[in-house]
Amino acid sequence: MFGNGKKRERPAPPTGPAIVVRNLRVNYGEREILHDISFEVQAGETMVILGGSGSGKSTLLRTLVGLERPVGGEIWIQGRNFAAMSEDERDQLRKKMGMSFQGGALFGSMTVGENVALPLREHTPLDESTIEIMVRLKLDQVGLSGFENYMPAQLSGGMKKRAAIARALAMDPEILFFDEPSAGLDPIIAAGIDDLIVKLKKAFHMTMVVVTHELASAFLIADRMILLDKGNIVANSPPAELRESRQPRVRQFLDRIPEPELTGEIDYLQMLTGENPPNRQ
Amino acid sequence: MAFTQAVGEGTINGLAYVGGLARLTGGAARAVFIEPFRGRRLRLSRAVHQAMGVGVAALPIISLISFFVGTILALQGAYELRRLGAMQLVASAVAISMTRELGPLMTAIVVIGRSGSAFAAEIGTMKVNEEIDALETMALEPIHFLVAPKFLAMILMMPCLTTWSDFMGVCGGGFFGVTNAGFTWNTYFHATLNALVLRDIITGLIKSVMFGLVITAVGCQEGFATGLGSEEVGRSTTAAVVKSIFLVIAVDLVFTAIFYFTAPR
Repeated sequence: MFGNGKKRERPAPPTGPAIVVRNLRVNYGEREILHDISFEVQAGETMVILGGSGSGKSTLLRTLVGLERPVGGEIWIQGRNFAAMSEDERDQLRKKMGMSFQGGALFGSMTVGENVALPLREHTPLDESTIEIMVRLKLDQVGLSGFENYMPAQLSGGMKKRAAIARALAMDPEILFFDEPSAGLDPIIAAGIDDLIVKLKKAFHMTMVVVTHELASAFLIADRMILLDKGNIVANSPPAELRESRQPRVRQFLDRIPEPELTGEIDYLQMLTGENPPNRQ
Repeated sequence: MAFTQAVGEGTINGLAYVGGLARLTGGAARAVFIEPFRGRRLRLSRAVHQAMGVGVAALPIISLISFFVGTILALQGAYELRRLGAMQLVASAVAISMTRELGPLMTAIVVIGRSGSAFAAEIGTMKVNEEIDALETMALEPIHFLVAPKFLAMILMMPCLTTWSDFMGVCGGGFFGVTNAGFTWNTYFHATLNALVLRDIITGLIKSVMFGLVITAVGCQEGFATGLGSEEVGRSTTAAVVKSIFLVIAVDLVFTAIFYFTAPR
């Protein structure tokens, strides 16, 4: 395992698409959430999926990791069709993927160390002392040294996210998925998580897919960005291009302009305050 | 029309529910009895942990309840037997009712309240916190990881608890017999042993294993069916208790009937 660890220190940046999504359609009950989505994520690239609440971005992420079944379309991960795989093949692939959930999803009945050790204990023949070293290493990487024996409930929100990232890193994944890594955190802690993601990207050249609605962190970490709106991709471009985009939905999202129906003709709140709304342009 | 539709829907939902239970039980049985021979590890330490919770920790309350139930049985039996002047039959009445019926049933009721509800709450909370999703993304099958250890703990612990419950029930009956019916402890246990045949105890233990399967399956299924939000966990826990009690009684009826009709005459 140390040989493996050494190899990971200076890997050659991989090339080719790590994830290919073609004409993906996902339903939630009767309602179609994602309509005909297609995009590619290159190996080693950090793809940020932006979108408002209800845009389908979390559903997209859940479908990519196999938690939701698409009703149409294909997902190819590392050149293999995810939907056409047997359960065993899918499990093999999942061991190469890490996922950090929005709330951390740490197992509440286990310590932080046991959480990180779990995939190693279950999927590798490593002995306990090696696993202990691995756990310490992973917790070091996310800045949580010495927290092995804490229970998840004893950690703050930001530390939970870090512990969840350490667990996602446990199996040295090739693709890492993040669901809202900085949601619900104060700006300083959120910036710390962004920093961590950038560091991981530089150190390991992992392919990352990050779902977020936080613009600042999105522009900081992204190599490429997708803007989802009501289940459709309205933009797919590098951050710099997206920033310059003239497309109305993109501008509305980036400039934080509210939906027109929320500021109706008679705005009672405005009548009460007697002020004009702030100029958002 | 609406009535027939409601009956049809109810039937379909009921069958689907039982189908779900069977699927869970089948998956857990495969994980416990077949997968270990194919090189997949059985999570024995988790099963032992569960067995402590399900079994050992339940001993005090089961002892107390069974003792009381045994005494109640003796009192109720004596009420009628006294008039016939057959007080010596109290021992066999208690022994047969405890081993064949009330030992397994009272154990099941206590285990539902302690463990069935806990299974639903544990898995429900994990569902709400996305921990079940996390297991799946780590290529850990929730049935293997969560249900199988509970299943194993339950099928091992239910017969043990039931045997203990039988014994405590007999002691409860003996308490009445010794104080009010002219037995000594020695003659009471002797009368009990004479009244029982092995079949009485074994049918009770078979029932207890079936009850264990039902309690595990319902508790876990309700946990997995938990929706979003923490109030849903409370709903699942309640549903697990109510449905387990109903299904345990239904299974009890079926097995009691089977044992009755297959009994040698």
